[in-house]
Amino acid sequence: MSTQKTFEEPSYLEYKGKYKGIFSWILSTDHKRIALLYLFSLMTFFIVGATLGLLMKLELIAPGKTIITAQTYNAFFTLHGIIMIFAVVIPGLPAVFGNFLLPIMIGAKDVAFPRLNLLSWYFYVIGVSLVLISQFTGQGPPDTGWTFYAPYSFRTTGNMLPAVFGAFVLGFSSILTGLNFLVTIHRMRAPGMTWMKMPLFPWTLYATGWVQLLATPIIGITLLMIIAERTLHIGFFDPTLGGDPILYQHLFWTYSHPAVYIMILPAMGAISEIIPAFCHKTIFGYKFIVASSIAIAFVGYFIWGHHMFTSGMSGTALYTFSLLTFIVAIPSAVKVFNWISTMHKASIDLQTPFFWAVGFLFVFMIGGFSGLILGALAANIHLHNTHFVVAHFHFIVFGGTGYAFFGAMHYWYPKITGKMYDSRWANTGLIIFFLGFITLYGEMFFLGMRGMPRRYYDYDEIFHTGNIFSSLGAIVMYFGLAVIIINLIASLKNGIKAPSDPWGGKTLEWTIPSPPPVENFDEIPVITKGPYNYK
Amino acid sequence: MNMNMVTHRDDLASKTGMWLFLFTELLLFGGLFIVYSVYRYRNPIAFHQAAHELSVVIGTANTIILLISSTTIAMSITALQTKNKKLCLLLMGVTILLGLAFLVNKYFEWGAHFREHIYPGSSVLALRGHGDVLFYGLYFFMTGLHALHIIVGLVFILVIAVSIFKDRINSENYVLLENSGLYWHLVDLIWIFLFPLFYLIT
Repeated sequence: MSTQKTFEEPSYLEYKGKYKGIFSWILSTDHKRIALLYLFSLMTFFIVGATLGLLMKLELIAPGKTIITAQTYNAFFTLHGIIMIFAVVIPGLPAVFGNFLLPIMIGAKDVAFPRLNLLSWYFYVIGVSLVLISQFTGQGPPDTGWTFYAPYSFRTTGNMLPAVFGAFVLGFSSILTGLNFLVTIHRMRAPGMTWMKMPLFPWTLYATGWVQLLATPIIGITLLMIIAERTLHIGFFDPTLGGDPILYQHLFWTYSHPAVYIMILPAMGAISEIIPAFCHKTIFGYKFIVASSIAIAFVGYFIWGHHMFTSGMSGTALYTFSLLTFIVAIPSAVKVFNWISTMHKASIDLQTPFFWAVGFLFVFMIGGFSGLILGALAANIHLHNTHFVVAHFHFIVFGGTGYAFFGAMHYWYPKITGKMYDSRWANTGLIIFFLGFITLYGEMFFLGMRGMPRRYYDYDEIFHTGNIFSSLGAIVMYFGLAVIIINLIASLKNGIKAPSDPWGGKTLEWTIPSPPPVENFDEIPVITKGPYNYK
Repeated sequence: MNMNMVTHRDDLASKTGMWLFLFTELLLFGGLFIVYSVYRYRNPIAFHQAAHELSVVIGTANTIILLISSTTIAMSITALQTKNKKLCLLLMGVTILLGLAFLVNKYFEWGAHFREHIYPGSSVLALRGHGDVLFYGLYFFMTGLHALHIIVGLVFILVIAVSIFKDRINSENYVLLENSGLYWHLVDLIWIFLFPLFYLIT
């Protein structure tokens, strides 16, 4: 590993392009620099969102008003939702690690449309800025929740227009990224890299790309309709004008359920990279993982109705959506089975990314099983709109995507930065984070079961003990997060120089220096073997 | 910054990207078609009667205009391929004029409705009942969004025409012209659906 090939080209971090200083970043069309632009903006928004979450948990530490008023609480959960969903977990892994690694993993020099790629980042920043502007202008911040449910979203005096339009612009960013990746994967794979020789992370990005492309326009038009409703009073979803608010819910979830798979599929892809790398073993059932990604993307379109079991639907629709919800669990379970089987009889190298992957499996399974409980019609009636739902989707979205994101962060950190992180602090942070996470969200299952509704700043005295646990968990988790992030930042300075392949990975990104040169490859590699070619 | 961009050109990739983008446009209108179907199903009589009030003559004229403009933009691509720059620019000019003619028709059509106080949010329209409110709401929103696409398409074609005039796009390198053509066909295609939905099905 120490015999690193010397490349004539400078690394992408040192390369001097035509622009200087900050412009060499914000005007760069290099997929690696764009990935870092996304990483920094996304982490900033993530910290904002997490802080809002912490403040909400502090409010809930005792019944009655603790630190913020009801109206502020409503504004906080709205902003927390919009930022975390549209600006953090949806772009999350594709925009950061997809951008950085997709071209490298398929043996290309860049994505198919580098300038469009940069444009996506601008849309992203503009979108989030619009959402943030809505907080400080007009007659008070939006208070509808991130779902913008009709008819409240066009009746509230909150400043909805910038927030809704911001979400629309973020959708555009997502579509363009998906489109770019699809074309890149179709056209730019290295010679010899057939579809079945492509690593699994690009495969999941491919499935995700289709979901981004085919689902996002629906939310786009729905948000436009909300804007038209607010400004022109057209009557699409307004019952006083003949419109139907439930139709809004259908349209909204037609996108927003597939969006869950935009979040989780690339996370699964990252896990599929991490596990074989640290097991030093070929992934078990490669073809099944590929097929299950496609299956998830496909079936994911037809289950949006399970968000609306209590909204009013025909019995047939209820049964169908419930059945399909159970069916979509199967491909996810196939993946879990394959990951576990990969570990079977492997000589596992216990490193931080692997711990994140195992943590992912644990919380993802809890999240998945609680999803089945919610997908069951009878249980759903009881649990709908309670903290159980909050617990479920935080286990899946934060637990699933978040853990995979941090796993990927630690796994590819040496490649991206050229430095090794301090693994002792990384593991310490992980343990604190994990304990906080389980205490924070695990408790919510019990609170929800006993009937504590979501989205209220106040609650009955009987829920007090549980909420104390949950809020303390939030503080611990926030602290763990700080340890993790500070360690990663400090390691930029103090970390030892990373070799090109610190983990003994076999995919293409480990064949080039860390950090990669501007053009990625001196010579485009010719692929003859599968991606996980371990002994 | 990327040296490969200078040397590397992949027309098929550009065209694939354009097709994928057109999918998203179709789905954007797809959402509206769903809303239209639901409300048509719920208000059959109001939709039936309101559709009678639209001018089939202007609608038909606009359909013919767009169909011809689709032909001319397709012909302009062939013209460029056969290195006939002048003819290509002429055909693109005709396409732009036809697009403008479409918008002018639309302007008069909408103007007539506005004079009768039929527009979203008007009290006159509100008095006519929910079905009419929804029909005209959808009519203005969908044809409005479509008109917006016409404008975007015209700007797109205009930009390409300037590039052809300056020889930045030529018979060797015409994928952008093809893409603008594809976009224009999409705009045409969506109108082909809007026309019967609002004007013909009564």
